[in-house]
Amino acid sequence: MPSVTDWLRGRKRQLERREPGLWVKCPDCGETLYRKDLELNLLVCARCGHHFRMPAVDRIASLIDGEFHEIAADLEPRDPLHWTDVKTYPQKLAADREKSGVIEAVVAGFGSMGGIDVGLAVMDFFFRGGTMGAVVGEKIALLFEESACRGVPAIVCTASGGARMEEGLIALMQMAKTSAALTRLQAARLPYICVLTDPTTGGVSASFAFDADIIIAEPKAVIGFAGRRVIEQTIRQRLPDDFQTAEFLIEHGHADLIVDRHQLKAQLIQLLEIILPGARRREVLA
Amino acid sequence: MNVIVEREKGLLELEQRIGDLKSLSEQHPEASFTSEIRALEEKCASLQREIFGNLTAWQKVHMARHPMRPRATAFIAALDEFVELHGDRAFRDDAAVIGGVGRLGGRRVMVLAQQKGRDTKENVRRNFGMVHPEGYRKGLRLMRMAEKFALPIITYIDTSGADPGIGAEERGQSEAIAQCILQLTKVRVPVVASVIGEGGSGGALAFGVGDRIIMLEHAIFSIASPEGCAAILWKDASKAEEAAARLKLTAGDLKGLGIIDEIVAEPVGGAHRDVESTVASLLREQGRALDALGVLSIERVLEERYAKYRHIGSWQEENERMVRGAT
Ligand SMILES: [Zn+2]
Repeated sequence: MPSVTDWLRGRKRQLERREPGLWVKCPDCGETLYRKDLELNLLVCARCGHHFRMPAVDRIASLIDGEFHEIAADLEPRDPLHWTDVKTYPQKLAADREKSGVIEAVVAGFGSMGGIDVGLAVMDFFFRGGTMGAVVGEKIALLFEESACRGVPAIVCTASGGARMEEGLIALMQMAKTSAALTRLQAARLPYICVLTDPTTGGVSASFAFDADIIIAEPKAVIGFAGRRVIEQTIRQRLPDDFQTAEFLIEHGHADLIVDRHQLKAQLIQLLEIILPGARRREVLA
Repeated sequence: MNVIVEREKGLLELEQRIGDLKSLSEQHPEASFTSEIRALEEKCASLQREIFGNLTAWQKVHMARHPMRPRATAFIAALDEFVELHGDRAFRDDAAVIGGVGRLGGRRVMVLAQQKGRDTKENVRRNFGMVHPEGYRKGLRLMRMAEKFALPIITYIDTSGADPGIGAEERGQSEAIAQCILQLTKVRVPVVASVIGEGGSGGALAFGVGDRIIMLEHAIFSIASPEGCAAILWKDASKAEEAAARLKLTAGDLKGLGIIDEIVAEPVGGAHRDVESTVASLLREQGRALDALGVLSIERVLEERYAKYRHIGSWQEENERMVRGAT
């Protein structure tokens, strides 16, 4: 088995192949940003602080100290409904695999954060819009169960359009599966922190995301149950721009805090140190 | 437009004519209409077979949404006893959810139901069965009470989905649904859920996690409405009929996928054509499920519930290197 650092490096290379452009335009302030600088700045616009959507692999690299032991890395979805719309489901999966460099919409595993052992799952919006099918549900469930088993806290970074349509009710039932697995972590009295990133909606927001002990949101991330378009069609009026943002959530009492991506790791470590004083620590290298 | 209502029109006309002829022959016993009546009845039967013999997924969607389909109140009215309990203790009472304690064939139960209206006035009051966060929180309060007093939970599911509005988002629709699902996965009493009409997405699932999932024959349970699915994946709402077939949302499909446990047959033509017998059949099945669960220890019930949900969904592995869960 390759070392996990190699694994991270390998995945990074795939991502670089994916988007060869040198320059990126900030959708918020219009600034033209040099891609290398943007990546060094954790995909945050240096001018206005806009948080770009972050691939799972980059997020893991930004949070985990050194090694990351991925679990269930090779689970691949089946096509239980033999789904076809304008394309077949297997065709869509293959295209997304090529585009995103990951084989499913979540990467889960174990590592340490400031020396504290944690379970970490990160959703990847670039694969099927981060939607949850059987494999995503399985990996999240395994993360909760394994974290309970190892006696470590679990952290999940969400980015998802909801349950994956192409897997029908099987996908919807992953809301129940992940919730069931979460009860194991709760029974072990271990903390679960959820980091809501842009966007988190539907079947993911209405299941394990909002079941966390502590809910953190990234600045301006769109988070909600129903999609904006659905609401606008229902009420036949345009919604205000800040509707369903992280700031809206804080105002209405649905999240604990908004944390800038640069402070995220330190904030998670501080919270874990306070609520879990007996957490296993290791020497932090580098 | 409801495709079942449209198809029923000819049938209802025929039945009307049979009824007229029958009352005519009672008034005029000297004139015999027996052969006419028999001919019409035969035509009626063959028309019924033609209309209802083999419903497509799309037709079942419309059957599930039929304006005359029995609502949760029809089933609740047939319980031996029922005392409705109102409110979430925080914001308001959501009339799209009916909750309370009662008895089903002598068994003490906690009842949770999603309730659509029958007419415009009731639909306004019940928000067309679309539940707000406070409705789910009323449900959550009653789930906790059920555990405290060891009342098995029975639920009735009939909603096109959770309310998609501004107030629902402001009051935390996601969190409200998430907490219901989580509570049902761990609540220490048996849970028997019944889909009686439309099981629409996460908003339905909030009351739809349990030890036994029963569906009426023509009920549907779906990740999204066929119309919504078509709009998202085909970018063409007119593909709703095709989406309905692809989504595998009928009771038969879902039993095949191992997601639901029992199907309760409906009378020919659907539940609304004989409400009384539909209600009796479902209550009988709920009672059977409660009795079967009642003889098990709650630890065993919880273990089986865990295993049931833990195993929904399949995947393939590139090799055997995967980490197994702690089950
Ligand atoms: Zn910017």
